[in-house]
Amino acid sequence: MSSLTIRNLRKSFGAVEVLKGINIEAQAGEFIALVGPSGCGKSTLLAMIAGLETVSEGEIRIGDRLVNSVAPKDRDIAMVFQSYALYPTMTVRENITFGMESRGVPKPQRDEAVKRVSALLQIEPLLGRKPGQLSGGQRQRVAMGRALVRDPKLFLFDEPLSNLDAKLRVDMRTEIKKLHHRVGKTTVYVTHDQVEAMTLASRIAVMHQGQVQQFDEPQTVYDRPANMFVAGFMGSPAMNFIPAEVGTDTDGKPAVSIKTAGASTTMLALHEGVSGISTRNVILGVRPEHIFRYSPELKAAKPSIAKVDAPVEMVEPTGAETIGFMRFGDLEVVGRFDPDEAPRMGETITLGIDMSHACLFDPITKKLL
Amino acid sequence: MADVALDRAHDREATMAGRRHFASRVIIYALLTIFAVIYLVPLLILVFNSFREQPEIARNGLIAFPRSFQLTAWADAWSTYCIGGTCEGMRRNFMNSLWMAIPATIISTMLGAMNGYVLSKWRFRGSDVLFTLMLLGVFMPGQIALMPWAFILGKLGLTNSTYGLILVHVVQGISFTTLFCRNYYVSIPDDLIKAARIDGAGFWRIFRKIILPLSPPILIVTVIWQFTGIWNEYLFGVVFTSGREQPITAALVALTASGTNVRAYDVMSAAVLIGALPPLLVYFLGGKYFVRGLTQGAIK
Amino acid sequence: MSSIDTDVGRRTGQANPGPSWRERLTKALPIFVLVPSLAASFVYIFVFTSWTLYISLSNSSLLPSYGFVGLDNYASLWSNRRWNIAYSNLFFFSAFYIVGAMAIGLALAILIDQRVRGEAMWRTIFLYPLAVSFIVTGTVWSWLYNPVDGIQMLVRSLGWTNFNFALASDRNTAIYAIIITGIWQSSGFAMALFLAGLRSVDQDLIKAAQIDGASTFRTYRKVILPVIAPIFLAVAVIQIQFAIKTFDLVAALTRGGPGISTTFPAIYVYDLMFQRGQIGEGAAAAMMMLAALAVVLVPYSFYVVWRHRKESRHG
Repeated sequence: MSSLTIRNLRKSFGAVEVLKGINIEAQAGEFIALVGPSGCGKSTLLAMIAGLETVSEGEIRIGDRLVNSVAPKDRDIAMVFQSYALYPTMTVRENITFGMESRGVPKPQRDEAVKRVSALLQIEPLLGRKPGQLSGGQRQRVAMGRALVRDPKLFLFDEPLSNLDAKLRVDMRTEIKKLHHRVGKTTVYVTHDQVEAMTLASRIAVMHQGQVQQFDEPQTVYDRPANMFVAGFMGSPAMNFIPAEVGTDTDGKPAVSIKTAGASTTMLALHEGVSGISTRNVILGVRPEHIFRYSPELKAAKPSIAKVDAPVEMVEPTGAETIGFMRFGDLEVVGRFDPDEAPRMGETITLGIDMSHACLFDPITKKLL
Repeated sequence: MADVALDRAHDREATMAGRRHFASRVIIYALLTIFAVIYLVPLLILVFNSFREQPEIARNGLIAFPRSFQLTAWADAWSTYCIGGTCEGMRRNFMNSLWMAIPATIISTMLGAMNGYVLSKWRFRGSDVLFTLMLLGVFMPGQIALMPWAFILGKLGLTNSTYGLILVHVVQGISFTTLFCRNYYVSIPDDLIKAARIDGAGFWRIFRKIILPLSPPILIVTVIWQFTGIWNEYLFGVVFTSGREQPITAALVALTASGTNVRAYDVMSAAVLIGALPPLLVYFLGGKYFVRGLTQGAIK
Repeated sequence: MSSIDTDVGRRTGQANPGPSWRERLTKALPIFVLVPSLAASFVYIFVFTSWTLYISLSNSSLLPSYGFVGLDNYASLWSNRRWNIAYSNLFFFSAFYIVGAMAIGLALAILIDQRVRGEAMWRTIFLYPLAVSFIVTGTVWSWLYNPVDGIQMLVRSLGWTNFNFALASDRNTAIYAIIITGIWQSSGFAMALFLAGLRSVDQDLIKAAQIDGASTFRTYRKVILPVIAPIFLAVAVIQIQFAIKTFDLVAALTRGGPGISTTFPAIYVYDLMFQRGQIGEGAAAAMMMLAALAVVLVPYSFYVVWRHRKESRHG
């Protein structure tokens, strides 16, 4: 049973259309991430699911109930805000019970619920404090507690981790994931951080310019991005896009030729699955981790590896890996290297490119071929 | 040796700088003191003269240290001094001002808080335009409204009554109170309102439970601004009321204008102080908020 | 009202496609709350102004009447010597009052800004005149200016027995008495605004100027004051407003005298309407006050809006 259905949803502010026909469906217990750059409409979409923005066109269903014109309080949802939105004049306990109080839940039941949630989130010692006396991470917990206590049909998260420092963000990310496993409620999670989306979600909706570019499982979105936008947005450093021409190699197998150092070109054999490409010009998409230092042993183990020579222009060690910048014709191509076999600046390196993971895009429609 | 010489030169430079610094400090405090004296003298003269005996004032002038002491001027000014035939002192006018300023302040502040809440947190199409239009009231000169008010108060049977003045001040004050509250409420994050709506709270519950508990700073500013403004107002008081119904500002002018007999500076000083005391009290108790109101009302 | 909210909640518990009339009512609630104030403000601002405008074009004298006489009242107003004195007094007063109050206010603000001790005390002293009414201020200062008992007597008692001081009682100088008193009353206000401005200047900017070797004077003149330039304009506009509306101060200090030497537009409006029973001409004078305010405030508000736009565009 699907617990959230969004069908052909549109939203306009005056003459500006910010959502242009969104279709998303979430199964019960799913964790959906809405990810995209700022201004892509993801927060507006979440606000519409919450009922904080009106629907211009289309449908939103929670369970089987059409909620287009239902007030936020009657949608059976809970939301965690980027700013936490804790009521500053109330204690943590009052913050958590405010919603139940608004709905006239009797006191014994409220106390019971507070006990349950504060134990779950380990915030018992904070119950008497005001939000102003809490650290960022504690506020985050309280905000989640306020959402959890309601036991709603749907959880909505609006960039809940973006106000935390880097380390805390990673910790809380893990905690949200654990919490979701334990509670098992359908969740919609808005973020601009593709790592958060990858790690948390069961399915990711990548949004851009008011449209869902791709809605699929994280690994699929990463490995087979629907278009160049998704390919460029997911993953850091971003995927390399190299203009290429389709042809055949010396064995007569399908291959692409790309410009490399100087004016020379190199043919790269495509992996077996690729066939029937009608266009001549394509964009070859290669993720940095699929570019590495070539060795015959690797080639023997993995025949799909192609060989390219390129000068190294810049090297950035990060500790766990070293990022190298190589020149391919007039392009700069980024590779992630094991520090042990990192390229040196000025060196002309022989690179191996794992073509089995390469993607081909249409240069005009930008779509995956 | 060279080091020692250097040290000494350095020392000398340091003391020179120190002296220059000291001199500039002296000048700063001297200037501040001179200004402070100029600002305080009129108040001191009032206080002194209200306790001096009238013959001594006549002998030594208004600006002199007290060489006599009495309390009767305050009593006279409060309850027995004659203004134009009636001899009731300022008491009645003082009470008029109180019964005018307190209700008008409360009503206009409440309206301003609710307007500000709607205009910042429940915006609708055109609400910003309405806000701008309401703001025009801040700049209206009272003279424009004199004739219309006279007519309306006449129709309502509220001429020469404190109720009439309350009405005038409430209507005139709405612009200010709405401006203050709206600008303050805008800074309250909208997420709080959204969270409360999801939590099932409605318009009034959000106002009562979330907005009002956050409001004391701006309500204090608004109340101080309205109270001092209404208490000190003169034009409407003198136009729409007369005699026993006048607020204290109008009565003070009537009192000091009765210049035919020998001027009783002692009683008049006490009377003026009585008229100045409530806003001064508010100012000294809530000075921080008073200044905040000024700067907010002015710059926005 | 909150009972309606919960009612709606219960009703929509069942699937309910369109908004019910109760939900619509809840949605309109914010507007209902606004309506009384809106109506009052509308009447106060627009109806009152139009009414006064109409009266200014009518032949009203002791009571309002609605015979249309065109601009007669305005013509008669501008041909009146007293009105012309009032208007030129306003310009004269405004110029000195604004410059004086701003200069002293700025001086005080800069002095206090030198990390002086007891800052709160100094501020309280300089600002308290603003808390008391112009009536109180005007009354006290009229005593100080009193040629018999005031400053003259003080100076004479100190030994200068021929000292004469009749600032407020000489028709040529009485306006200065009003200017001085006005400055005394409101320079604290200018100080408060300037001080708020000085405090809002980015401290790093001042540190940078000091590292660049600028003296305190140069730092103020070249770095700090240019940054707070908009405040100068704001203070000036507010002071002009005070000046145009000046009524209480003159009423308490000189009552427009000696003779008619310190008549101001606001005083004259009052006289025409309530002392002489010339309502039509009084209304015309009131409209002229409104016009004066508009001349100052309309360009200023356009400027403020323009500046906001510019700032928001640049980040």
